[in-house]
Amino acid sequence: MAYSDKVIDHYSNPRNVGTLDKSKANVGTGLVGAPECGDVMRLQIEVDENQVITDAKFKTFGCGSAIASSSLATEWLKGKSINAALSIDNMEIVEELALPPVKIHCSVLAEDAIKAAINDYRVKNGLPALEEAKAHH
Amino acid sequence: MLKLPIYLDNNATTPMDPRVLEAMIPYMTEHFGNAASRNHPFGWAAEEAVDYAREQIAALINCNPKEIIFTSGATESDNLAIKGVFEMYASKGNHIITATTEHKAVLDTCKHIEKLGGKVTYLPVDAEGLINLQELEAAITDKTILIAIMYGNNEVGVLQPIREISAMAKKRGILFMTDGTQAVGKIPVDVEADGIDLMAFTGHKMYGPKGIGALYVRRKNPRVKVTAQMDGGGHERGMRSGTLNVPGIVGLGKACELARLEMQRDIEHTSRLRDRLEKELLKIEESYVNGSREHRLPHVTNISFKYVEGEGLMMGVKDLAVSSGSACTSASLEPSYVLKALGLSDDLAHSSLRFGLSRFTTDEQIDYAISHVTEAVNKLREMSPLWEMFKEGIDLNSIEWAEH
Ligand SMILES: Cc1ncc(COP(=O)(O)O)c(C=O)c1O
Repeated sequence: MAYSDKVIDHYSNPRNVGTLDKSKANVGTGLVGAPECGDVMRLQIEVDENQVITDAKFKTFGCGSAIASSSLATEWLKGKSINAALSIDNMEIVEELALPPVKIHCSVLAEDAIKAAINDYRVKNGLPALEEAKAHH
Repeated sequence: MLKLPIYLDNNATTPMDPRVLEAMIPYMTEHFGNAASRNHPFGWAAEEAVDYAREQIAALINCNPKEIIFTSGATESDNLAIKGVFEMYASKGNHIITATTEHKAVLDTCKHIEKLGGKVTYLPVDAEGLINLQELEAAITDKTILIAIMYGNNEVGVLQPIREISAMAKKRGILFMTDGTQAVGKIPVDVEADGIDLMAFTGHKMYGPKGIGALYVRRKNPRVKVTAQMDGGGHERGMRSGTLNVPGIVGLGKACELARLEMQRDIEHTSRLRDRLEKELLKIEESYVNGSREHRLPHVTNISFKYVEGEGLMMGVKDLAVSSGSACTSASLEPSYVLKALGLSDDLAHSSLRFGLSRFTTDEQIDYAISHVTEAVNKLREMSPLWEMFKEGIDLNSIEWAEH
């Protein structure tokens, strides 16, 4: 399968690979996917007192498109408020990375990971859980 | 300078040996005759070349030249052997025994036989990839007409206990067919000593041309016959019609001759490089060889790297032409049915790479492969949440994954 230049770039030079301390109250963690399905994404955000994301990290087990989707997501998250981050749509990732139809699920997973991380942060900080993220941990 | 990518997919196909090409060329230009043309020198030259090739092939597998039926490749040979026996011996029975790790050319042919009303037993294999002889014996019925078990497996290189299987078949008066595609030309295969009644093999896996293969059909003790699967001019003793592919046949003959003369050198060369590759790659934590290491072809190794995903791994080893345990079917990645049959979980099957070496593989290429794969695996693991969890001692099975 041919990958777009942007996917290759993110795969070769992934941005923000790493781990934040998930025990901290201002860190939200989203872990989505399953090993048998071939992709697992963990996305973490660190949020300041103004609810702005100051740092984002990811680790992904998956194909190049999954790695690129999560790498791109961390880039987009930094500097955004958690409310603004919620509006990131998977189709924007598809467009930016020029993902083929068979790889759209990678972008969906990245969107799920963003929502799950924000939700984790919200629940930790006494905010109501997001409706659509309830299914995830 | 090392040329990239490096070809390590020699179980899929091999490059043609230049000596094979050289032998073939005259049979496309000046000696272009039809081997069945009995009335002029053009035909005679072609026929003579075909007869000579038959001898070269026969010498490699220790059979009579008349026992070689030319086909378009191993797929056709597998089809002709199984369907041909099923039809020819219909009055004796309708049961065939094979194994779950066979090539699709055998498995799908057997499925076709089932549609025609035949019965097929698919024997499982153990974690090493070997069939169990007691299970084979137990599967035999008085309707069994054929046992079809491959010689060497194309994905893991595992060699089945051919002589034990053939002895069992002979004792019960059952024909024994083997798909020898990966073994012929690579290791000594002797249809007499091995007790083989029918054997499929192909040119392009042994430095010969594509589009030419053969079916060995025993003529004595017992005399085996197969019903032709194509109607036509009655070539190849009526078992396979169609004008002979003379240049292909000449190429297959030459490839067999070279394999016979250079087998010892090829085995030593490929097994030395394979063992070195394997030893170095096993230094990577959580890496495992798939299939038996004892009963195995000399030029293959199949290794799984836990906690890295197969497609990502393939992208990471882009300088190597290798195969992965994931068959990329349009939308989803299907883990290899062979590795699944060995009992591998989906994720281990997905994260496997098959390395197939050839007589042309060099030390330098293997050095490069070792460092390239090691780097890719390490890099992907640094990025892998599963690797991090494993390192923290978290049992991945204890996590409730959000399936999608
Ligand atoms: C074990 C085995 N059988 C059969 C085949 C089919 O061979 P061919 O491509 O000559 O039809 C192959 C090659 O893919 C093989 O590895």
